[in-house]
Amino acid sequence: MRLEPVANPSLARRLGYPAAALGATVVIASLLALLAGAEPFGTLGLILQGAAGSKFAALETLNRATPLIFTGLSVAVAFRAKLWNIGAEAQLYAGAIVAVLLGTGALGSPLVLPVSALAAMLAGALVLLGPVLLKTRLGVDEVVTTLLLNFIMLLFVSYLLEGPMKDPMGMGWPKSAALIKEARLPRLVEGLRLHWGFGLALIAAVLVWLVQTRATLGFEMRAVGQNAGAARFAGIPVNAVLVKTALLSGGLAALAGWSEVAGLKGHLSLDLSPGFGYTGIIVAMLAMLHPLGVVVAALFVAGIFVGSDAMSRAAGVPTYIADMLLAVALLLMVLAILLTRFRVVRG
Amino acid sequence: MSTGATGAQEVVLRLDRITKRFGALLANDAVSLELKRGEVIALLGENGAGKTTLMNILFGHYVAEEGQVEVFGTPLAPGNPRAALAAGVGMVHQHFTLADNLSVLDNIRLGTESLWSRGQGRAAARARVADLSRDFGLAVHPEARVGSLSVGERQRVEILKALYREARILILDEPTAVLTPQETEALFETLRKAIARGLSILFISHKLHEVMAIADRCVVLRHGKVVGEVATRTTDRAQLAALMVGGEVAMPKAEARSPGAVRMRFAGVSTPDRGAAPGLKALSLDLRAGQITGLAGVSGNGQAALADLVSGLIRPGSGMMELNGVPVAGWTPRAAIGAGVARIPEDRHKTGTIADFTLTENAVLEGYFRPGFSRAGWMDWAAARRFAESIIGAYDVRCPGPQARIRLLSGGNMQKLILGRVLEPGPEIILANQPVRGLDVGAIAYVHSRLIAARDQGAAVLLISEDLDEVQSLSDVIHVISEGRLSPGFARGAMTPAELGLWMAGQGFDHAA
Repeated sequence: MRLEPVANPSLARRLGYPAAALGATVVIASLLALLAGAEPFGTLGLILQGAAGSKFAALETLNRATPLIFTGLSVAVAFRAKLWNIGAEAQLYAGAIVAVLLGTGALGSPLVLPVSALAAMLAGALVLLGPVLLKTRLGVDEVVTTLLLNFIMLLFVSYLLEGPMKDPMGMGWPKSAALIKEARLPRLVEGLRLHWGFGLALIAAVLVWLVQTRATLGFEMRAVGQNAGAARFAGIPVNAVLVKTALLSGGLAALAGWSEVAGLKGHLSLDLSPGFGYTGIIVAMLAMLHPLGVVVAALFVAGIFVGSDAMSRAAGVPTYIADMLLAVALLLMVLAILLTRFRVVRG
Repeated sequence: MSTGATGAQEVVLRLDRITKRFGALLANDAVSLELKRGEVIALLGENGAGKTTLMNILFGHYVAEEGQVEVFGTPLAPGNPRAALAAGVGMVHQHFTLADNLSVLDNIRLGTESLWSRGQGRAAARARVADLSRDFGLAVHPEARVGSLSVGERQRVEILKALYREARILILDEPTAVLTPQETEALFETLRKAIARGLSILFISHKLHEVMAIADRCVVLRHGKVVGEVATRTTDRAQLAALMVGGEVAMPKAEARSPGAVRMRFAGVSTPDRGAAPGLKALSLDLRAGQITGLAGVSGNGQAALADLVSGLIRPGSGMMELNGVPVAGWTPRAAIGAGVARIPEDRHKTGTIADFTLTENAVLEGYFRPGFSRAGWMDWAAARRFAESIIGAYDVRCPGPQARIRLLSGGNMQKLILGRVLEPGPEIILANQPVRGLDVGAIAYVHSRLIAARDQGAAVLLISEDLDEVQSLSDVIHVISEGRLSPGFARGAMTPAELGLWMAGQGFDHAA
């Protein structure tokens, strides 16, 4: 058995397989619920209801999608140039640290939001700059360095929260002081629990899409990713392009952490990210690295997160069922996307 | 050849109406062929004619939709690579399948015997290899590491491997592509000895004079079909060429011109060795306006280093490199392009184009940042598309359109797009590295005529090729490269192929030095 690429996938093919994946997910979700001793039918309804059944649920999904759009874009930008940035988690925390540093009184003017956003992007970019320079100068594998930096960064944040950044009014909890009002992202729509981070994420997706399709930098990034040897021969400065890609990718991931702190939580704690950096990889792969696809994929993943959480509560099944369901849904969707582009042939 | 086919001989290999489709493409269309004992058949055809597909079916890598393969009268199980080997068919691939880090003897035994037995088995094998190399004139040291052997020697190992496995039918895929004329003659001597011992040979090639020298019969494939089967004695090169391409193709001739000023000069340039491939050794060379400088040589003798140097990928390790009399500084691919160097790379699939990019994107791969194609960091795709369309029109690129992915194009059309990309700006210097490798006759004629036209407009052309015929027919002056050293320049027609072959084999340099 082997895979043969499909030259021009038909619409039926492109819609059929993902639909089949969703269907299979529902079947497996029902079986999982049955195993856990709950009512097997209606799990899909519970998931949908939990993800988008009410205004509150829908906004919760959009809020959850916000950091995933940023990390998904970060990964999509890097992977497009074959820069394997597995370190969005570390870059996310770098952005979060900056949001706290500049947002807890260091800057008081109305400028605090744009300044801290730019500073956060710079911090995230710097976190990825080290690994990418090691790659271009010494050939060090960036998968290893960016992955390991995640753990270093998490320990660093832990140190900050136990030490210099610890909230004196926090009653001993390892969390930072709260951001001042001027440093908080306003609501997107007055009265709705959805912050401007979501709007910024959508804008970022459009901007990244424009850069990738219209800018010379995007052309260079795609050329380096598709065939670095041909790009180098054609005179494209491959290493410089990789560094620019890293700065953009790191900056986008940092915005995830920045917007979580400035828009949602209002402070920094160690549970800021339940692996948004890693999930960003899944989001980017589901989107086939397309920046606008990242938005759709992030909404899908966030919906499954929020919906299966609600389902497990409503159906009275353990929460790990929700985790399993999420994994099943993602694996099936990745398989479906593979099958839209390749057909299986014998021999 | 002495062993003409005389009617009643035993048929050792029979391909019976083999048909193989890839999607809409009919790669083999009811191909039938009979190889008799002691016979040499040349399988002729252009790239894409279906030769390789046919061999892959014979060796079980593909399964044919229709037809069957018989070896010594017994049908071969389809889709089983071991079946052909077991039935006594040996294949010498164009790209050798040897392990560089093992000795010749171990390579020969690899796959048939355990390499762990150091005792009697190995001694016996060694004796057998020694016998075979003596009987067939395949001189090679059994304990030498394959990585240290020349290309010609590696080919001998491949043949020994097939003989050691008691192959009765030898299939050679483009065996002379990497050999000097002298090595080719030695190979033919070996093949004649093999025929005298009753082996049969299927010889895949598109070099007609070799086919005429060794084959008894020629089977010509075109578009997957057998279009002709002729005895070598009753045909000539012109007839075979016409059969291959389905009509006459006039090859362009380069008339002599008087050369102009020196455009690019190398004086005592050396570059570091790269693994097994030598770097340049104190190379001095002038590329003159209005002149085609041909560089002949067996592949892997420093051509890549010189090509990379001209392309801007590397800089001289020592020595002087001048452009229009000015020493180059900050030499990079982009600097080379900016200085008016048109670069046609050796590998158009891997280096010359990006397979999943469109024709438009590939057309502006070198010039996308220029004012015509972009402004303030943003692409002007409409202008890029117009440029691609102008190349498609002016260079006769057959394609679905400028927005098609370039991977869909044939090698010839891909090369035409590269030609347009590098020649449109009106270059002063042209590097043509293996510009027609793997192209069909029509595309070869087209590429050559474009290079000659560019020369006539005053470009300095450096033509690097392993095909001596190509170098001799196009070049105004010929240098031979061997082990990174450059021969003196020989005027057009001053040397015979045999004399050039001696230089290619490394002789002559000691006297010249």
